[in-house]
Amino acid sequence: MAEFPGDLYFAESHEWARIEDDGTITVGISDHAQDSLGDVVFVELPEVDATVEAGGEAGVVESVKAASDIYAPVSGTITAVNTALEDAPETVNESPYDNGWFFKMKPDNLDDVKAMMNAEAYESFCENEDH
Amino acid sequence: MGHKTPIYELHLEQGAKIVDFGGWDMPIHYGSQVEEHHAVRNDAGVCDVSHMTIVDLTGADATVWLRRLISNDVAKLTTTGKALYSGMLNDQGGVLDDLIVYRTESGYRIVVNCATREKDLAWMNEQTEGFDAVLEERADLAILAVQGPAAIDKVTSLVGPGHGAVIAQLKPFVGLPSGNWFIARTGYTGEKGVEIMLPAEDARQLWQQLMSAGVQPVGLGARDTLRLEAGMNLYGSDMDESVTPYESNMAVTVVLEDHDFIGKAALQAQLAQGVSRQLVGLVMLERGVLRAHYPVFRNNVQVGEITSGAHSPTLGHSIALARIETGEGDLEVEIRNKRLPVKQVNPPFARNGKQVYKLD
Repeated sequence: MAEFPGDLYFAESHEWARIEDDGTITVGISDHAQDSLGDVVFVELPEVDATVEAGGEAGVVESVKAASDIYAPVSGTITAVNTALEDAPETVNESPYDNGWFFKMKPDNLDDVKAMMNAEAYESFCENEDH
Repeated sequence: MGHKTPIYELHLEQGAKIVDFGGWDMPIHYGSQVEEHHAVRNDAGVCDVSHMTIVDLTGADATVWLRRLISNDVAKLTTTGKALYSGMLNDQGGVLDDLIVYRTESGYRIVVNCATREKDLAWMNEQTEGFDAVLEERADLAILAVQGPAAIDKVTSLVGPGHGAVIAQLKPFVGLPSGNWFIARTGYTGEKGVEIMLPAEDARQLWQQLMSAGVQPVGLGARDTLRLEAGMNLYGSDMDESVTPYESNMAVTVVLEDHDFIGKAALQAQLAQGVSRQLVGLVMLERGVLRAHYPVFRNNVQVGEITSGAHSPTLGHSIALARIETGEGDLEVEIRNKRLPVKQVNPPFARNGKQVYKLD
């Protein structure tokens, strides 16, 4: 069964966001998403300092099955990217909520993050999507 | 709900993720497609391929009929057990299907694809008019493909001395009956191994024995990357009725001498005119994944497209088959509006666990 950690916010496009102490957020893809994708073999990350818009493309994840876009969950500026994924993309499968993070960003408005789905809402969203 | 193989319930026990494949509910993977791929390259894996169609051919005209039906020449099969890979063509030389033929005591055993089953059977039956050629589909048999450097030893240790003795005498690309089993040194992975055709109940038992012996269950996902690394075509992706064997890297399966076959005149005409497209291997050393239908460019002109592509777990970069216009010049593939350089190579890419293609 997929995990849905309670301290995270989720997007309908299956990214998660964690609010850090410094007001930035860390973004990755959910356990449910990595499980549907299968083995991840390639990750394309955004540029640091790039500005992104909510719902805009911010990277690509390619699994054995398909290529999928990664979207910025909110508008803001990229502050860091997880370059370790370039050599070890399988980390996305092994640790989707920790070592498998994609990028960190400074949201324009932290309230946009809090308006995302909580774990419970996202879990039922996934259940409905599977049916 | 689709068709189910006799082993379906046992796949679920192994945690299989099931997908529809040509109307069959088949395992795509059992957790990690990449791990399943490595198991076959480094040790042993078993894939349930019972969805494939087995047809036994008998009758006084079996050989004459088969020499007309397919482009390769079964006259090459000088002893019982020998196998042959061939295309079955339409009158225009288009590939209706690819198949394996084994010569048997009483005639031939033919294995064709699952997605093309109805079309193939209809075509084959149509061609029997005027011949003493009898076709019998063997839907009663399951097929387990056990592949990998340790596959033959592991199977031999499980199946008892009778079947073991048959396996011991099999040369590559030979298949022989063993009681009510048929065991062949063939496969779709580029590794050593056997394909075993056997009754449903025996298949369930052998599957369980293989699981207990630690043989990795392998889904159709890994089977696809294994065959691609081995440079083997997938029907419906790399070739179909719209292309000939010459445009599909299957020239070695065409024997123009000594026999007339359906599609021969069209192939001769194509040769006389010149073959303008070819199926080639592509290697991309840049990061990213080549996938089917990505366009291929030479000198900024699109010259074709990828027919199969994947990340190669053995090589650590992406590989593909592509059908392109013949010509000279460096190739590029367009991935998400970006052109990336690729190298043209002769398949296979990997065999027996190692890289086999060469870059200049």
